[in-house]
Amino acid sequence: MSSPKEVLFSPIFDNNPIALQVLGICSALAVTVSMVNTLVMCAAVIFVCAFSNLFVSLLRHVMPSSIRIIIQMTIIASLVILVDQIIQAYAYEVSQRLSVFVGLIITNCIVLGRAEGFALQNGPYISFLDGIGNGLGYSILLLLVALVREPLGAGTLMGYTLFTSVNDGGWYIGNGLMLLAPSAFFIIGLAIWGLRAWKPAQVEPAEYEIAENVQYKEAI
Amino acid sequence: MPQLNRDSIGNILIVAISVCLVASILVSVAAVALKPAQEANRLLNQRQNILVAAGLLAPGQSTDAEGRGINELFDGFDVRVVDLRTGEYAEDIDPTDFDQQRSARDTGRSRSLSGDEDIATLRRLENYGIVYLMRDDAGNVEKTVLPVRGMGLWGTLFGYLAIEGDLVTAEGIAFYRHQETPGLGGEVDNPRWRAQWEGLKLFDEQGRPAVELVKTRAPEGSDARRHQVDMLAGATLTSRGVENLVNFWLSDLGYGAYLEKLRQGEA
Repeated sequence: MSSPKEVLFSPIFDNNPIALQVLGICSALAVTVSMVNTLVMCAAVIFVCAFSNLFVSLLRHVMPSSIRIIIQMTIIASLVILVDQIIQAYAYEVSQRLSVFVGLIITNCIVLGRAEGFALQNGPYISFLDGIGNGLGYSILLLLVALVREPLGAGTLMGYTLFTSVNDGGWYIGNGLMLLAPSAFFIIGLAIWGLRAWKPAQVEPAEYEIAENVQYKEAI
Repeated sequence: MPQLNRDSIGNILIVAISVCLVASILVSVAAVALKPAQEANRLLNQRQNILVAAGLLAPGQSTDAEGRGINELFDGFDVRVVDLRTGEYAEDIDPTDFDQQRSARDTGRSRSLSGDEDIATLRRLENYGIVYLMRDDAGNVEKTVLPVRGMGLWGTLFGYLAIEGDLVTAEGIAFYRHQETPGLGGEVDNPRWRAQWEGLKLFDEQGRPAVELVKTRAPEGSDARRHQVDMLAGATLTSRGVENLVNFWLSDLGYGAYLEKLRQGEA
């Protein structure tokens, strides 16, 4: 069994849910246009992931295997609604901008993946840490994407102006691509490249090898 | 502890029912407990949008230069419901719980628009609309704020249009909800673009709505320029949508009849 420290920190770089497992991409594209939205989204995912792991782990000995997925989904969905209600009550403006994406944490593969893959086999404490760790792993990549997208797209960071844009009378011509979802694909792709260059163990083995070139005579 | 049979039908039912019960209680408690705070936020947000359109508040701020809060500033407004068909006040409708957008979907309190009328692509138009009036000490109308909405490129733009006391000159416009492309149509939120609306003449000499969004505005000081706002670069359909929706709500289908009455001091 791995140590608590390992469980907590290995999802950040060694086993990142986005970069290595390539899960949770949808929300990573959708919410990273601004840093404030991203921070709220990350906090929500960490909360949901940690507590769904905790409750699933507590119930793991009584949970019938035939309906385990639906029970996990019920737990996750309740936690997500709870988070959504809290955000609407205390961070109304952010909730308007995040709109459906908080609700879509329910379908975030990371949360169900950790409940099914980890919490069902492990104790509550370690599962809780695993949830926080994976939430952090998700967050760090999202924050990185937002850190690129918001300044390059809008010239601001956390709503404060870094470069005054042309539309506001400054010099910076915002990169429109960065404001649209596809740019996150490029940034996540570059981040995965960087991470695998740094930790070559994450490079997947090639699925097939290209055969050596043959002379045309042999081919005939 | 004896190993209980997890997969027996009894256990499946017990676990399923108890998980559902606990989850539903948790969710309902949260929803009920947080409802007042959410409602307050919604109302505050709406008032903030109205104040931004009226130029009393900078976007994103919750207090003005003198430190007055949203609710304090909003108290200056007289909120009334208007019958859009006649332009008369509808005294029997309480403005505090009147939801104009919902009433547009209520077949009893709205009508469908024909293709020629429906320049703002609303499909249905409500019979009653809300107005926010600010009066000076003598009781004359100083500002009128109207809710406006209409189709842009990707979806409906929702906003408020503020009109000065002469009921011809615009004070400002602010959209609080839209889905336009960030950086292009999304620039309807840009304060520099919105600043052009201040002082814009909304009606021509004959009293018809005459707002135009144009590629190049007529020369400074000309008659035509008084009705013109720059189009948004790279957002033809959003610009056309804004032009249409403003002209629609100022026409006799929208608040035109009411504004005419107000101008003559009858309403």
